[in-house]
Amino acid sequence: MSNRAAMLEKLAALDAEHAKAVAGGGEKYVERHRSRGKLTARERIELLVDEGSAFLELSPLAGWGSDFAVGASVVTGIGVVEGVECMVIANDPTVRGGASNPWTLKKVQRAAQIARENRLPSINLVESGGADLPTQKEIFIPGGALFRGLTQASAARTPTIALVFGNSTAGGAYVPGMSDYVVMVKEQAKVFLGGPPLVKMATGEESDDESLGGAEMHARTSGLADYLAVDEPDAIRLGRRIVARLNWRKAVAAPAAAYAEPDHDPDELLDLIPEDLKEPFDPREVIARLCDGVGSGNEIAFDEFKPLYGPSLVTGWAKVHGRQIGILANAQGVLFSEESQKAAQFIQLANQIDVPLLFLHNTTGYMVGKEYEQGGIIKHGAMMINAVSNSTVPHLSIMMGASYGAGNYGMCGRAYDPRFLFTWPSAKSAVMGPAQLAGVLSIVARQAAEAKGQPYDDEGDAQMRAFVEQSVEEQSLPFFLSGMVYDDGVIDPRDTRTVLGICLSVIENAPIEGTDRFGVFRM
Amino acid sequence: MVEPVETCQEREIVTIQRLLVANRGEIASRVFASCRRLGIGTVAVHADADAGLPYVAEADLAVRLPGDSPADTYLRPDLLVEAALAAGADAVHPGYGFLSENAAFARKVIDAGLAWVGPDPESIELMGSKVEAKKRMADAGVPLLADLDPAAVSDADLPVLVKASAGGGGRGMRVVRDLGDLPGAVEAASAEALSAFGDGTVFVERFVEHGRHVEVQVVGDAEGVVVFGDRDCSVQRRHQKVVEEAPAPGLTDTTRRALHAAARAAAEAIGYRGAGTVEFLLDPADEQFWFLEMNTRLQVEHPVTELVHGVDLVEQQLRVAEGSLVQRHAGEVPEVLTPRGHAMEARLYAEDPSRDWQPQSGVLTAFDFPVLPGVRVDAGYAEGSTVTTHYDAMLAKVVAHAPTRDEAVRLLASVLAGARIHGVATNRDLLLRVLRAEAFRAGDVSTDLLDRHGLLLGQEPERDHVALSAFAAAVALAEHGAATRVVQRGIPVGWRNVVSSPHTTLFGHRGGEVVVAWLGGAGYASADGTMTVVEASPTTVVVGRHGVRHRCAVAVTERSVDVDSALGHIALRRTPRFVDPADQVASGSLLAPMPGSVVSVSVTPGAEVGAGQPVLVLEAMKMQHTVTAPHAGVVSEINVSVGDQVAAGDVLAVVEEEDR
Repeated sequence: MSNRAAMLEKLAALDAEHAKAVAGGGEKYVERHRSRGKLTARERIELLVDEGSAFLELSPLAGWGSDFAVGASVVTGIGVVEGVECMVIANDPTVRGGASNPWTLKKVQRAAQIARENRLPSINLVESGGADLPTQKEIFIPGGALFRGLTQASAARTPTIALVFGNSTAGGAYVPGMSDYVVMVKEQAKVFLGGPPLVKMATGEESDDESLGGAEMHARTSGLADYLAVDEPDAIRLGRRIVARLNWRKAVAAPAAAYAEPDHDPDELLDLIPEDLKEPFDPREVIARLCDGVGSGNEIAFDEFKPLYGPSLVTGWAKVHGRQIGILANAQGVLFSEESQKAAQFIQLANQIDVPLLFLHNTTGYMVGKEYEQGGIIKHGAMMINAVSNSTVPHLSIMMGASYGAGNYGMCGRAYDPRFLFTWPSAKSAVMGPAQLAGVLSIVARQAAEAKGQPYDDEGDAQMRAFVEQSVEEQSLPFFLSGMVYDDGVIDPRDTRTVLGICLSVIENAPIEGTDRFGVFRM
Repeated sequence: MVEPVETCQEREIVTIQRLLVANRGEIASRVFASCRRLGIGTVAVHADADAGLPYVAEADLAVRLPGDSPADTYLRPDLLVEAALAAGADAVHPGYGFLSENAAFARKVIDAGLAWVGPDPESIELMGSKVEAKKRMADAGVPLLADLDPAAVSDADLPVLVKASAGGGGRGMRVVRDLGDLPGAVEAASAEALSAFGDGTVFVERFVEHGRHVEVQVVGDAEGVVVFGDRDCSVQRRHQKVVEEAPAPGLTDTTRRALHAAARAAAEAIGYRGAGTVEFLLDPADEQFWFLEMNTRLQVEHPVTELVHGVDLVEQQLRVAEGSLVQRHAGEVPEVLTPRGHAMEARLYAEDPSRDWQPQSGVLTAFDFPVLPGVRVDAGYAEGSTVTTHYDAMLAKVVAHAPTRDEAVRLLASVLAGARIHGVATNRDLLLRVLRAEAFRAGDVSTDLLDRHGLLLGQEPERDHVALSAFAAAVALAEHGAATRVVQRGIPVGWRNVVSSPHTTLFGHRGGEVVVAWLGGAGYASADGTMTVVEASPTTVVVGRHGVRHRCAVAVTERSVDVDSALGHIALRRTPRFVDPADQVASGSLLAPMPGSVVSVSVTPGAEVGAGQPVLVLEAMKMQHTVTAPHAGVVSEINVSVGDQVAAGDVLAVVEEEDR
């Protein structure tokens, strides 16, 4: 199978998984929702964002492989509203009434993190039945951070807006409660701490939904609602007007100059990425399909730094949508001491001049073996990890192929908090390759048996190796990792340039400032 | 002031120094153009609604006539003469319409010591009276259709036409094909004539099937009458001329000579001075013709004559008014002035064919015509002009001049098809249908051409055409949005990493709505996959469909999107994405169906009305439209009073439905 055919097959599988998220609670529940004259979560978003603007959906596969629906009953993403890049968080009421499960929590927390780091106003499109009660133990205590996050966002001068379309009760009532601006839809919004049955049980008082938490009541009596919307489109209209009056100013001005499209067609990325990750590929070919082409103000598309030293890692400067970035890209998979030192230096250089960094992953990790250990590979790997950990310019990571072992750390994997991390369908990530991991387990077991003088069960060993290999393989695949919210989404390689362009624009909402303060570099 | 400069025999020669045109729009511009060439100063008069039109700016001086309605402005002899005196004019040109055939006005102008650019008031009066005119024409030997005694009409005379004596514009006219219908028709025509003209006199004459309207241009001076050939103005819609041409096609030389001689005889019989037109009804079956009437002014369609005879008819009018002689063609026998090629004129009206040809108002956001040799456009408006419904709905006369009739037809069709006219609906498609009709191209012209060949029908543009244009409009709007973005400037329009639904763009088109479902991202495509985009910018979109590329020019304004392509023009209204509930129209509101003025209001607030009961009456361009209650209820609001001018869509009144 050609590289292209293999990639297209994976993309078709990705489309099918995305379709599950889009389908929400399924035809029956979507129909029922619509029959009440309501819009779906995605329809609300489509109406909210500026016409013709892009919407970068985040974590669409959250919950993949779990007992919960793909997408985790919430839609999050970055959209442009009245010319302002906003974090949009919309409950999907067609999935179990929009109830939050542990994956919902993870996904919303990730969205809040992105909003915080990049200083985005946030818009919550609220309609949720509250917590998924069977899994409350995983939600209730950590979930409290959401409300704390909302008010901290407000304190950080990133406004928070809640458009309430339906249920927002009990703990959920604190989403509007903690937001700076609240719009409620007439005869739909229901915002109270306790509903009529609970009130009856607690105090014996007879009451009804409208008097406890109706939109009219909140707009006219409690004052929790700042605006009363006649219907859903009106709520969205009001939400847009609120954003229009935020006097939003980005910290960094967008580049004024025009730029050229890449020198090579991004479509060719499909031919470039080998199906078998053992086969190396030249990341310069990827860079030539992601970055701005040669043009005025960009006479060389990619200025490579230290090309003759540590050739397994390619470093250099380029532009994406007119913005300068520094790139670190794995070339031969393995990171040696030279590559580690080169990376540490390059990351410091980017910090010196306030330039964001892009990490293109295809690494099997740091080199092992006597020669390398004795040559100080740990010290040198630590220098790279030190640099990436303490760097304060924004980092963007793309998982193109392998991302194994500590290589994942050094290249700014998920735990190193890149501003954004996206995965190609061709990627794999784990502590090591599945076959290696199974082999290591086998060797260790055999040594243990031998030490005890026991005979080694070769048949059992083969079964064990096959099982481990298969399960590690499954757990290192993009859908699984994306399901765990270990990335911000799996993307079509051809969309990478657009995704990077959006991310680079989004990070400009916060100041871009490098640092000269790193940990002690072990020399 | 008129200044005698020379006296030659009995003629007093004067030189007009400054001319006031007691008219508006294209004819004022037309007269000013000749004045500029002849070194005559120009004065425009304008109603308030016309203050911004090009003719006002073109004039050296302009005088405001306060108000909008013709009765307050262009029909006020006193104000017009005052204006002429105030502006120091020494002559008045009446144009056509308004007071151009009003003898009292002519006298008032002359009495004020100003030169009147038109025939003697006596000639106007004489030709204005049908009975008197017919008598004089009969005496001069001009062929006339005989009046029939309604009591003596027999089957042999059928079909016959019942006509109001005082009539015009087709009102009070009836064709009778069955003898039994005659008494009823006479009665009805008389009643209609009485109410319309205050004179119930009717007469009966032979009805000519497929008759043609042929006319002869004459200009009389002190030495006689010069004939400037003939025209055919048969193609009419509801007695409104639509396409005119010179010379009249398909006539034998004998007939043509006879027509010219009859016209000369008619004009000479009354000692006619100035430009005039003698109209005839011609039976194409045997080329017999009969005198209809004489128009004692310059005709709308005079350009076709000017083009084929190389003459400036306004200049001839001015010469006569100055007391000098009309330009005569040396060496030519006067009766058979040979036309040079063929000229064809189309009248472009601001009227909506899909709404019963209602006159349209609005701003012409684009108004231009391809520049081609042989093309003349006499327009009263320019891009940015506001068209109102106070006056005649004609926007422009588009005239093509070519060596042969067929070439003139092709040229005219090409210019009309290539014109960009945005902001108001027009009759362009009707004009194109006429020019492309086999029968018309073959020279088969008659007053019933449009009905006979179904040319008034088929007004709906093809669905595919609308769909393609609306798609192009949606793409241009998206490009427009992308070009004015403040963030994420280079990001592809409408990009999604997870596609949940196509983008939708809504437009209003005629009475309905068009929904465009499209996909963005790497390139544009219609959601159904039938259309792609080859090239896109805010003003040009090249759409690929079924392997064919369609280049669409798209003009976006705040409220509208106009798409011109080889398929034609489609005007779309932009639909706002959101409506502030405060701006929403209360249900039960009666909206003005067209721009016009309020003639009467028949209910008062608080009145109970039944469904269909008339609430008020609007008038626009001589047509009355009754606005009725949509349902039974109580009138809660009346927002207008008699005399108010309203725009289409204005809320006139609100009828609240009664609770059951």
